[in-house]
Amino acid sequence: MERMFKPSILVFAALFAATWLLAKFGGAWFESPALAWLMEYPKSWVLPLKDYVSAAMKWLVEDANFGLFTFTEFTRAIAWLIEQPYEFVRAVLATGFMDGVGRRAEQIVPPLSWIAVTAAVVALGHYAKSWGLAAIVGLAFLYLAVFGQWESAMITLASVVIAVPFGVVGGLMLGLLTYRHKAFEAVLKPILDLMQTIPVFAYLVPILFMFGFGPVSALVATVIYAMPPMARITTLALQNVDPEIVDFGKMTGCTQRQMTWKILVPSALSGLMVGVNQVIMLSLNMVIIASMIGAGGLGFDVLSSLRRLNIGGGFEAGIAIVVLAIALDRLSQALAERSTTYAPAPAKTGLFVRYKRSGVVAVILIATMALGFFIPALQTYPEGAELSTGAFWTESVKYLNINYFDQFEAVKIFFLNNFLLPIKRFFLGIPWPWAIAMLTLIGWKFGGWKLGLMNLIMATFIAATGMWEKAMITVYLCGASVIIASVIGIPIGIWAALSPRAGRVIGVVIDTLQTLPSFVYLIPVVMLFRIGDFTAMIAIVAYALVPAVRYAAHGVRHVSAELIEAGVVSGCTKWQILLKIRLPLALPEILLGINQTIMLALSMLVITALVGTRDLGQEVYIALTKADTGRGLVAGFAIAFIAIMADRVISASARKAKARYGLD
Amino acid sequence: MAENIKLACRNVWKLYGPRAAEFLKANPNADLEQVRQAGFVPAVRGANVDVRDGEIFVIMGLSGSGKSTLVRCMSRLIEPTAGALFFEGHDLRKASEKALIDIRRHKMGMVFQHFALLPHLTVLENVAFPLTIQGQTKAKAAARAAEVIELVGLGGREHYYPRALSGGQQQRVGIARSLAVEPELWFLDEPFSALDPLIRREMQDEFLRLQAMLKKTIVFITHDFDEAIRLADRIAIMKDGAIIQVATPEELVMNPASDYVEEFTRHVPRDKVISVGAVMQKGAEGAGEGLRMEGKIADIAEAVVSANAPQMVVDSAGKPVGAIDPETVINVLIGRVR
Repeated sequence: MERMFKPSILVFAALFAATWLLAKFGGAWFESPALAWLMEYPKSWVLPLKDYVSAAMKWLVEDANFGLFTFTEFTRAIAWLIEQPYEFVRAVLATGFMDGVGRRAEQIVPPLSWIAVTAAVVALGHYAKSWGLAAIVGLAFLYLAVFGQWESAMITLASVVIAVPFGVVGGLMLGLLTYRHKAFEAVLKPILDLMQTIPVFAYLVPILFMFGFGPVSALVATVIYAMPPMARITTLALQNVDPEIVDFGKMTGCTQRQMTWKILVPSALSGLMVGVNQVIMLSLNMVIIASMIGAGGLGFDVLSSLRRLNIGGGFEAGIAIVVLAIALDRLSQALAERSTTYAPAPAKTGLFVRYKRSGVVAVILIATMALGFFIPALQTYPEGAELSTGAFWTESVKYLNINYFDQFEAVKIFFLNNFLLPIKRFFLGIPWPWAIAMLTLIGWKFGGWKLGLMNLIMATFIAATGMWEKAMITVYLCGASVIIASVIGIPIGIWAALSPRAGRVIGVVIDTLQTLPSFVYLIPVVMLFRIGDFTAMIAIVAYALVPAVRYAAHGVRHVSAELIEAGVVSGCTKWQILLKIRLPLALPEILLGINQTIMLALSMLVITALVGTRDLGQEVYIALTKADTGRGLVAGFAIAFIAIMADRVISASARKAKARYGLD
Repeated sequence: MAENIKLACRNVWKLYGPRAAEFLKANPNADLEQVRQAGFVPAVRGANVDVRDGEIFVIMGLSGSGKSTLVRCMSRLIEPTAGALFFEGHDLRKASEKALIDIRRHKMGMVFQHFALLPHLTVLENVAFPLTIQGQTKAKAAARAAEVIELVGLGGREHYYPRALSGGQQQRVGIARSLAVEPELWFLDEPFSALDPLIRREMQDEFLRLQAMLKKTIVFITHDFDEAIRLADRIAIMKDGAIIQVATPEELVMNPASDYVEEFTRHVPRDKVISVGAVMQKGAEGAGEGLRMEGKIADIAEAVVSANAPQMVVDSAGKPVGAIDPETVINVLIGRVR
């Protein structure tokens, strides 16, 4: 084995050296016009795929006809169906019910009072877990009211409230189908893979075409974005149901329907609730992003503040997003983990005694509604009492920029010159046919000929659609960010695993970081470093750091205690135990963490297009602003392919490492 | 087929692997070597079993011997690759999905090794579950459930969730649940294997108490030979998917079919298995008022040894059939009997 292994390492080292030489000197070697095609994919060879896609989309929207109705009528009907509940919830939470349109509209029923909504979430927090949780979510909602973010936050919440049931039910159904039919799984799995890796902006464009600009498009996009994880988690949770319980169901004579709804789904409930939590958090994330296509709410506030360079406003709305995210996350997690050990038979008492919490909330609701007509402060939080931190943030950023401009600039330039640019030159310098060959070879080495072939096809797709250069910029920016995120994240993860106290603190921090919508990370960096690759990199690193930390901590922590004891007994020092036992055994987990980091980095990349990068993300973003379906989708697929190639190669190598250690 | 046979397996096979059925058609009498050579995983090989009405039929085998697969084939939880199954004389393998659901709802019950309780239901709801699945009203199901919960000694725990109970208590719930529908055929798949030894013994006693009351037909799976000896009317011993001997505990001890079986029986306390009738001197005369010939040696040892003289043995009608002397008893006690 040892012998087989060494030459292959040598071969790969040689190939890497060759790649590096080509990247460094290739430009000079292939200067002659006859060889220039090696460096730059010729325009005349580009497959006009994006034009085909755009034309198809145009046909679909303008001419497609199912006989009884046109495609557009069909999509507009769906839009109408989604719109009704959304309008209702938005009216209840944020705007109130109106009579008439436009300026002459008159509010006939006001929205729920801020006191009633806050009371409701406090009650929910108490029901789900404890007074502690009730206090946290209560304070969060109070913050939204006091700092003047209430209405925007409620609009955002309304979108989440509507998107989540669609996402959960849709995901549950897909998951159930996948669980039941192997054939369906084979069809669905690659689609889910694509849906999860295609950047959201890419499918915003076709959705815009089909559903029009506005909250409905945003909702559709949100549901599409949030459904795949639910489908996956459902299948997994159902497959993990104890086979004995399945046998029990059959032995009891359950019909298939009874089996599904009385045995499988309830038994898998705790797993499914993890999925629900995911759907909620992803919906919130997407609702914020979808403010670009008319979702309104907090995301819109951030976006418009950023555009107007209103630093304070951006920060305030950003913090409101954070607060809302944390409240929703803690609530849904607590509901997921909620468990009782004793359920006495309901005593024969009055309704109010039995449903004390709901009763109190109902009383508050009615009281604030009724009194709200006379005391407006009970209805809407009085503007006069609102606090604003906007000025503070504006001043702080101004202070930092005035007094520390040189330092920030120095850091930025140092990183650009010594880190980012060399990596960029390396990737852009590799002749594309060589790169495709290398990718194919890497795929073949780690995952056999199938993976090699997949890499070959995907890489060729990127080149053939004329996306090569932008793809390389994507790879460079993503790669640089992943390197930094790993260099920071893995040691933090190891530290968290080795020191229980640090572990607790780091755990809380990364849990919180993970709940934040990606958009939020842009706000501080763009204020301090303005736009450009460096800013994008910092935002990506901040967003993609979490899995690097988490997986490293998990891997190091879960090395078998016996192996550690064996090490201690053989007289290893602490460092020897870390370096010779823990780290090698944690390697597969760490690899998976890096894999996740890459996935997050790629999804963040598209959002950083807002701060002026020049990669595929920008391409997608431009397509969005120009409503160019083909351009957006093709660039989106290119990003998805990069993600899939990275994912498959790294997963395959993690599997190999695990198999080598016999950990599976 | 004899009237009193509840469940019969005829040459039941379960092989895992592609096109197993075709292979079996071509080689109906394939031995272990051939099956493995052909790349199949043999779980059950040509099992023939008759489970009689009202008996405790124990299937004993080490892990991987195929006993779990066999019991799942018997209830068609796993579809056998080949062979026939007769439940109360009806061909179970030809039963439609609907008929099968009906049989399982009303005539079969099963207890699982890891209890298989539904985590989201209370004890009462768990026990009532099979009844509600049949479509019984909630009130009726709850009343019946409360009855069985009382029967297994869990009265007062009705409104707890399973996770709040100990392993032994959880298995009592499992037992109560399987009994709620008054099944005629009761499968127990290693019901006590996940329990601590002390609790296991207690549950075995409890099980015998229940069976004395209910007189169900039972198929009981275990990997514990002592448990098998303690509970069984008859034992089937499995190895590599095949049944190598079916016999009463006493026959197994006295006449093991192979070295493999003998290995199991070697450490069995003879006196608890061997009956007076098996070792008495037929036709001999003895004193005393007559020991029953089906009694176990352990029960009469003290009386015979302390009397220090051959004692009379009688059959179930009370007619003298022989005598047993102290030396024979001592030989059994010290294990000098084959």
